[in-house]
Amino acid sequence: MSVTQRKIVPKPKALNCPSCGSQLELRGMGTAASIACGYCATTIDATNPQRQIIQKFDARFAIQPMIPLGSRGNLKGTVWEVIGFQQRGITVDGANYFWREYVLFNPFKGFRYLSEYNYHWSFVTPMPSLPAMGSRTGRATAQWGYDTFDHFQTAQATTYFVVGEFPWMVKVGESVSTSDYVAPPKMLSSETTENEVTWSIGEYIAPQEIWSGFTLPNTPPVPVGIFANQPAPDAAPATKQAPGRPWKFFLAMAAALFLMMIAFGVMARQEQVFKDTFVFNPAATGEKSLVTKPFELKGGSGNVQIDIDTGLDNSWAYFSMALINEQTGDAVDFGREVGYYHGVDEGESWSEGDRHDDVIIPGVPGGRYYLRIEPDTDPPTPGASAINTRSVTYTVTVTRDVPFYFRYIFGILLLFVPVIFMGRKSFSGSNFESQRWSESDHGTVPGMLPQSDDDDEE
Amino acid sequence: MSQPSAICPNCGAPIVFRWSSAIQTTCEYCKSILVRHDVNLEKVGVVADLPPDISPIQIGTEGVYNNSAFQVIGRIIYSHDVGAWNEWHLMFGNGASGWLSDAQAEYAISFLSQPESPLPPPDQIYRGMEYKQQGVGLWVTTLTEANYEGVEGELPFQYWDKERCRFADLRSRDGRFGTIDYTENPPLLFLGEFVEFESLRLTYLKDFEGWTA
Repeated sequence: MSVTQRKIVPKPKALNCPSCGSQLELRGMGTAASIACGYCATTIDATNPQRQIIQKFDARFAIQPMIPLGSRGNLKGTVWEVIGFQQRGITVDGANYFWREYVLFNPFKGFRYLSEYNYHWSFVTPMPSLPAMGSRTGRATAQWGYDTFDHFQTAQATTYFVVGEFPWMVKVGESVSTSDYVAPPKMLSSETTENEVTWSIGEYIAPQEIWSGFTLPNTPPVPVGIFANQPAPDAAPATKQAPGRPWKFFLAMAAALFLMMIAFGVMARQEQVFKDTFVFNPAATGEKSLVTKPFELKGGSGNVQIDIDTGLDNSWAYFSMALINEQTGDAVDFGREVGYYHGVDEGESWSEGDRHDDVIIPGVPGGRYYLRIEPDTDPPTPGASAINTRSVTYTVTVTRDVPFYFRYIFGILLLFVPVIFMGRKSFSGSNFESQRWSESDHGTVPGMLPQSDDDDEE
Repeated sequence: MSQPSAICPNCGAPIVFRWSSAIQTTCEYCKSILVRHDVNLEKVGVVADLPPDISPIQIGTEGVYNNSAFQVIGRIIYSHDVGAWNEWHLMFGNGASGWLSDAQAEYAISFLSQPESPLPPPDQIYRGMEYKQQGVGLWVTTLTEANYEGVEGELPFQYWDKERCRFADLRSRDGRFGTIDYTENPPLLFLGEFVEFESLRLTYLKDFEGWTA
């Protein structure tokens, strides 16, 4: 094969604007179809050697591009030069919405675009393929690759200002039909004219990436509002599959705790080690307190449940208790109040309190124990005989190693705190989506019925 | 590979064919368009000045497609209302001929294909129309009335006296690309796919002042 001599394509010579005479630098290596003068905003037909004027423009309405024409920068691993800029707009319900487009050029890789609306930026690549059109939840979709894009907006986009070079003929006042479909952070857009439909794919790009890529001064303006393809704060690409995951994690943890609860419940000895019934007469004189017969608590450390069943009737009793280790004298002191009241008021029967009380003492080492019990209740009516005084009959039951459900249930409830928190976050996420879609043709998030529907249907 | 050589009937300069099946070539020296009749070359015209070069590709550029090496041996230049594009004629190592179209640095490779079903006549084709080939749907996305701007190098057919050319560009959902060329009767179908510039691993490209590839 013959080695071809390397041809160098020189930078095209600058030309003079046929309208104002200013020097127009040609940055697109001759690819441009139209050039708009940066001084007088006159648009020139670049495909015609005579450089005919396509259009004159009132320069007072000129708009300053945020990235100056001629800037070179590195974006997505390729050096691009900004060679053209236009402002386009749509009119919706009488209001105008404007956005700006920058033409990026590389003589080998062709054209890309940056679009900017309210300081939200997208990096736009022409698409060689056609998406598959479809619909879901009653709205049009465009399927491309693995993504399904939901229809966002269809409008007539008009060019309001143009400067620099464009790979197609562009004139102020000209309009095309555009349709946008979103799958944040991506957006598919079509532009349709009589003879041509072109598709492009835009990807939301952080303003900082543009500022550092083109070494622009200062910091980029902060984006205003929520843009069509702006990724939701929780839906960063790296955690795209995450939404179900924390839920699964917490459900798994809760299930594990539940299984532990069942297992320990089944394995719990639940051995009744002591049961006795006592009578307390408040009128009796002498030492109120009593000690029970000793009982054996088997095994190592474990819990102990103490049940008190009383025959209280419209009265109360307070039990000061101590679980005492016979060998070591170690004592666990605790007090339980029991009260039960009932009656009939205005034909309604009522009751309050409970004749029964139970308490679990955790972590009691094995050994021989006894209980010291000191009951108390209403003092006897003065002058009443001991026989007339209402005594308190109560039964104390001690059970070793009872299933301790509460802490598992508490643990499971605790686990749900972050889940509830996440729920709130995804609620704020849906708020984000509502804001995004409020700007669309549909007004609501796909798959959500308009709120008024409920009222209309009934 | 044999490289049949001949003499330009107009200026006597040596004409080297890179591709044995070439029907037409241009003389690099006197810009005559030469059509081959067996061993004789006939001058059928002269190429006009080519429009300014806007492609990094040139005659002699080499690359790789589907693991087959190719060399660029010819081109046809078209213009339309809003720009121009190149159809670069490729010769593959196995002798096959293909096309690399370069429309403002959007690249596609295609090959002459036998239509499975009759192609729509030029007055019945419309944008959005579907054409199926090998079960793959292709849709007409662009209808172009192009002007023939010039030729260069070796071509598989005679192509020098055309003016207005009607083309329909077709695209699929999976990156395939098609063109129906209505300059012939019956029309020709070219099928292929869009390609990334980097994937072609092109060498012997042109340089652009102030740019590196």
